[in-house]
Amino acid sequence: MNPTLFLIFTSLLKIVGIVFVVILPMVSYSVYAERRVSALIQDRLGPNRVGPAGLFQPIADAMKFILKEDFTPANVNKFYYWLAPCLAMVPALMTIAVVPFGSTLFGVPMVIADINVGVLYVFAIASLGVYGIVIAGWSSNSKYPFLGGVRSSSQMISYELSLGLAVIPIFLLVGQLRLTDIVRYQIENGWMIAPFVGHWTDGWKWLLAIPMSISFVVFTIAIFAETNRLPFDLPEAETELVGGYHTEYGSMKFALFFLGEYAAMITGSAIIVTLFLGGWHLPVPWWNHAHGFHWLLIDGSLGGWRGVIGGLFNIFVFFGKVSVLLLFFIWVRWTLPRFRYDQLMRLGWVFFFEIALVNIFLAAIIIACLPQ
Amino acid sequence: MAITVSRPKLNWSERLYLPAILGGMAITFGHLKNMLLGRTKVTMQYPEQKWDSQMPDHYRGAPALVKDEGGRVRCVACQLCEFICPPRAIRIVPGEIPLGERFAKVEKYPEKFDIDMIRCIYCGMCEEVCPEQAIFLRKDYAITGYTRAEMVHDKEKLIEIGGVMHGLVLKWNEKK
Amino acid sequence: MSPFFFWTASALMLVFGAAVIINRNPVASALSLVVSFLGLAALFMSLDAFFLGIIQVLVYAGAVMVLFLFIIMLLDLRAEERRRINFVAFAGGAAVAVIFFGQLYLVIGHLHQAKLPFAPLAPMQVDDVHRIGLLLFGSYNLPFQIIGVLILVATIGVIVLSKRELH
Ligand code: SF4
Ligand code: SF4
Repeated sequence: MNPTLFLIFTSLLKIVGIVFVVILPMVSYSVYAERRVSALIQDRLGPNRVGPAGLFQPIADAMKFILKEDFTPANVNKFYYWLAPCLAMVPALMTIAVVPFGSTLFGVPMVIADINVGVLYVFAIASLGVYGIVIAGWSSNSKYPFLGGVRSSSQMISYELSLGLAVIPIFLLVGQLRLTDIVRYQIENGWMIAPFVGHWTDGWKWLLAIPMSISFVVFTIAIFAETNRLPFDLPEAETELVGGYHTEYGSMKFALFFLGEYAAMITGSAIIVTLFLGGWHLPVPWWNHAHGFHWLLIDGSLGGWRGVIGGLFNIFVFFGKVSVLLLFFIWVRWTLPRFRYDQLMRLGWVFFFEIALVNIFLAAIIIACLPQ
Repeated sequence: MAITVSRPKLNWSERLYLPAILGGMAITFGHLKNMLLGRTKVTMQYPEQKWDSQMPDHYRGAPALVKDEGGRVRCVACQLCEFICPPRAIRIVPGEIPLGERFAKVEKYPEKFDIDMIRCIYCGMCEEVCPEQAIFLRKDYAITGYTRAEMVHDKEKLIEIGGVMHGLVLKWNEKK
Repeated sequence: MSPFFFWTASALMLVFGAAVIINRNPVASALSLVVSFLGLAALFMSLDAFFLGIIQVLVYAGAVMVLFLFIIMLLDLRAEERRRINFVAFAGGAAVAVIFFGQLYLVIGHLHQAKLPFAPLAPMQVDDVHRIGLLLFGSYNLPFQIIGVLILVATIGVIVLSKRELH
């Protein structure tokens, strides 16, 4: 087949596959997981009626959202009121384009667009996500949504700084913005925060893991803030703002906001996994006579069915890691109370910003001392 | 006089918040773990598990008409319950017992007896007022229906719920 | 670059650029500007300048315009009143514009280079992020540092001004 056609065909296949087969079901099942886990944490059972163990609940939810009356309040700014839910959902899905979610499958790299500014692309698209919320708040023509929108825009701008600064140590180390290169580096030298693979007795690597872990913590917390998850869910604080920016929304338009939030959570987790937790890489401890004990790398490079199994295994590992992070997100949400608004701002500007900044210097010094 | 509440001084580990956060997460994880291991008692799962066997005798469920041992509906259509019912849930159409039957000309009988279960407040006034001990609140509580009409219990339904009341029911005994 | 892509992106830019001026609602204007920026970013990307394109989105569409929007919303600007068009001023403005374009046409038409076709762009070999980084920290290090200091001074100035008590 003509290479351009092949590229277009495989890209389309990947886009459809990843969005409709993986991400969207994952979104609806993370809603289910949220409800079940929160219930278990609070000594309840949660939704357990629809299907075995309530597993069909997301389908029932979707049906309900679709069948509800799509109501538009009288005094909203119609065009923007309709635009906002789309703007909330689209950026969250677009981010996944640059994330390598597997090694290769049938020789096709498992990343939709392998561009050389990968992480910046993620930040750029994520920063567009705020428009959905701001426009929703403004166009609703109502006080509480408006407050939610204003809070959201200032919160997102504040935490984008820590988000951006936290990843700089990684770029100092890897020297590339391309996400596949970062994953490649972690396969050779071990995960950023746990460098077991490679020469794991090398003290420098463990020393480097210190700034990386700080970055990891700051980045994760900033992702919490960017996705409006508790303890940073000020834009939709139901106890103070009724429902926040989506107060005036109902039926499918509300569902888009709701799902957009979870999609953002999933892409955020995917970025964290790619940057700090080795992406699709899972070293398998192995022992044979020739090499003694070593870590076995499984990927899709082998020929025949073993390559296919390896490729599928990598995809599975990647989304497994993402799911674990999602459970962590949920766990945190049902543990911590919400911050006060000034505390949130102070935390972002006075605490995490500084930590991320100092961390860059720390990483730079260690890298400068690194023996070649 | 206003009292100034002094804020507690936090030491540095408390001000770091991290120990508190981790502690909180440990607590929630403990609950999650106990739930998953089945160590936590949860509330009764209603439609599958029911409390019927533990229902106390004084439980006031749906009002119903009862029959005596002879299989005869006790109600004589005196309409006292209709008058006493606070939300006016009961509608009775009294009629004469047809000639030829054993009790003809002795008593009336209800031609129609409807209780609107949407209105009924399960107060038990009807049971208390009935001179014939014909209406009792039974233990049925899951009264449901898709339409308003379904929620009106007619005479057949009431008799079906009521069943047979054996022996002399001496509800005024202690007051005599 | 495919001409189709170029024309779409430029049309997007121009239409929404005009919308910034034509819209009476300040929020709508700001949002049109965002779309216009996105069109510009698309143009950069079609020239393989991914870094510039992304930075365009990240800095202008993602941060600067959010702040703009934030301020517009906080000030609660109403939609502009429709003014009566002053025909003399309108005709004058139109004349200036027409003369300007005519001049441009004449000047560019007489330039020798304008008649030559563009040399095809060399396919990108090196990572543009690296190139820009090396350029900034190599040849233009001093100006770059000076700009950094300037921005720092401006930041401190803003903080000092905003902290000043209102007496
Ligand atoms: S229980 Fe009370 S409300 Fe219900 S029918 Fe009897 S008197 Fe009326
Ligand atoms: S149920 Fe009792 S009170 Fe009501 S009409 Fe019949 S006899 Fe009278």
